[in-house]
Amino acid sequence: MGHVVIDVMLKPEILDPQGQAVNGALPRLGFEQFTDVRQGKRFVLTVDGEVTDEVLAAAREAADKLLSNPVIEDVVSVRASDGETTDPGQ
Amino acid sequence: MKVGVVTFPGSLDDRDAARAVRAVGAEAVSLWHGDADLKGVDAVVLPGGFSYGDYLRCGAIARFAPVMDALIPAAQGGLPVLGICNGFQVLCESHLLPGALIRNDHRKFNCVDQRLVVENASTTWTSDFEAGQEITIVLKNGEGGFVADERTLDELEGEGRVVFRYAGDNPNGSYRGIAGISNERGNIVGLMPHPEHCVEEGYGPSTDGLPFFTSVLRQVVSA
Repeated sequence: MGHVVIDVMLKPEILDPQGQAVNGALPRLGFEQFTDVRQGKRFVLTVDGEVTDEVLAAAREAADKLLSNPVIEDVVSVRASDGETTDPGQ
Repeated sequence: MKVGVVTFPGSLDDRDAARAVRAVGAEAVSLWHGDADLKGVDAVVLPGGFSYGDYLRCGAIARFAPVMDALIPAAQGGLPVLGICNGFQVLCESHLLPGALIRNDHRKFNCVDQRLVVENASTTWTSDFEAGQEITIVLKNGEGGFVADERTLDELEGEGRVVFRYAGDNPNGSYRGIAGISNERGNIVGLMPHPEHCVEEGYGPSTDGLPFFTSVLRQVVSA
């Protein structure tokens, strides 16, 4: 099995209330050094077999069409994964 | 006159929308998300709720439901469509309306009687209002913050496509206090507050929701 990892972030100019909530909690835990938090989304798509160029191209299309909204979000990365961090069993 | 009301998995206010349609003497027709069939209706309401659990983004998965394959070209061709709350989110995700709705800036769910100013009383869904009229209807959502880039906001303002603006304090951080917008032609209108909950005395803060439905009735009958 191969995996494609897609990262989506809110555009910098769009307010991120979730990130702000996390940002507000960090100092209470003693993490004073972080001045801002932006929260994003990661998608892990699984295919039978290897991640070919065609698979990556399809993943990019899915990322643009469904996984992100270009009005408010940027697709920051679409890449094949070695699987280490994506195995649902781990 | 027949007004279709779409039910997606997780739609919540489809029954109230149908009730509002009947309250003005029109026939309400149930449309199913899985059927690419508008059943010959004269107008469509996309109701509030949490279609597909609001997973991914509000309205993002509903936008690709089979019924939308029929609705999107029909709306582009002039069919009157009103998107309320989640329905507004579906219209934005479909790119039938510009912009997007994000989580309220204060991160809490809103459930209030909300004052609005009717900024444009010439759309298919607002012609029975007066421009500048203030109305009060229910607002209830967690992700009602309207956002768009500056150019789009200027375009909406310049073309009179800001149909409703929040009166008083901005309840959710919507850019420029925008509560509802329309397409250029004025047949497609989306807003976060809920007119369908405000059509009968004794329920909700007013009957200010009725003119939405009498407006479309008048337009379709006179067309």
